[in-house]
Amino acid sequence: MPDHDHDHSELSDIQLRVRALETILTEKGYVDPAALDLMVESYETKIGPKNGARLVARAWIDPDFKAALLKDATEAANAFGHVSPVGSHLIAVENTPKTHNLVVCTLCSCYPWEVLGLPPVWYKSAPYRSRAVIDPKGVLADFGVALPAETEIRIWDSTAETRFIVVPMRPPGTENWSEDRLAEIVTRDCMIGTGLPKP
Amino acid sequence: MSNTIHDMGGMHGFGPVEPEANEPVFHAPWEGRVHALQRAIGAADLWTIDGGRASLESLPPVVYLSTTYYERWFLGLEKRLIAHGLVAADEVAAGHSLHAAKPIKRTMTVADAAKPPVRGNFERPAAAPARFKPGDRVRTVNINPATHTRLPRYARDKEGVVEAIRGCHVYPDTAALGQGDHPQWLYAVVFGGCELWGEDADPSITVSIEAFEPYLLSA
Repeated sequence: MPDHDHDHSELSDIQLRVRALETILTEKGYVDPAALDLMVESYETKIGPKNGARLVARAWIDPDFKAALLKDATEAANAFGHVSPVGSHLIAVENTPKTHNLVVCTLCSCYPWEVLGLPPVWYKSAPYRSRAVIDPKGVLADFGVALPAETEIRIWDSTAETRFIVVPMRPPGTENWSEDRLAEIVTRDCMIGTGLPKP
Repeated sequence: MSNTIHDMGGMHGFGPVEPEANEPVFHAPWEGRVHALQRAIGAADLWTIDGGRASLESLPPVVYLSTTYYERWFLGLEKRLIAHGLVAADEVAAGHSLHAAKPIKRTMTVADAAKPPVRGNFERPAAAPARFKPGDRVRTVNINPATHTRLPRYARDKEGVVEAIRGCHVYPDTAALGQGDHPQWLYAVVFGGCELWGEDADPSITVSIEAFEPYLLSA
């Protein structure tokens, strides 16, 4: 059963327990509810996959930027300026006709928050974490993605404090598109490796 | 704990991946609060990122599987706060602070929270040169520690190739225990699908892990 089907069921008192813990921590001066409000808001409104999509769109139109991104994505993303600051060891991996990349964290939920925001429920779920490394084609089929038979699949298991972003292939038919328009087709799933950009 | 339910790579039986269309960042306000509480308390540096992971991994497997992601975060956070003496069990029961606050190193202020969050840097100076270089054939160790490790079961005692050196990083296996950083060289090591999953596996897949030097032997 996927996680989101029982989001409100297993611990029926979860809301009360979270509220109680926040009250205790606030009364002790360990947390400031106004700071918590801001942190929630930043992930709901500012930090999301649009940041990563801008990096990919730029890489598609600027070969020098693409080379810099593939060499050191942290440095390239910070030099790019648009996105919120990116911490250490962001690694960009490029899809090619020969190789398709797929990112997973089998042990927990490691994910490049700064460029993609917080991970979706499926990324953190047992079905994805268990199958991505042994049956990636089956996983891609769950997303409606079928690759050419000759394409190899490379899975990146995020077992340390390195984080991965996939640079998908630019689809044909987008040759005259602006950078902003290109960024719109770079979905979150494209940058995890479970989706392909569609013009 | 290492050989427990969180180490899911290669397991069968969990069913299909079910993406949710237009998924919200948080499915309920309490999820956002748990996320923010975890980050706010994280500012006090009471435990390491791996200490946090270890507290989730040591949840009973049945609890781990029957709870949602942020429920697990909450259970782990509450457990760590009690273990570190910041919150007492009677306070949790009462839903209020009953005892004087213990001093903590740092709290997250409104000004801190207004800044974009940036990941910590886990790279540290190296005590010795890296033992391996890209292209080296290596075999992962066969270990089954009762404590935290980042070497997944499916990639133990397997032969692969070093693809890249990531630098020298905090070693999760000791950091999780509060025993210090013990920085270790970190490598991307890539394995063929058949090496991991046997001769019947799909030969067109390769899997890489990020492996700390103590996980590797020369092959």
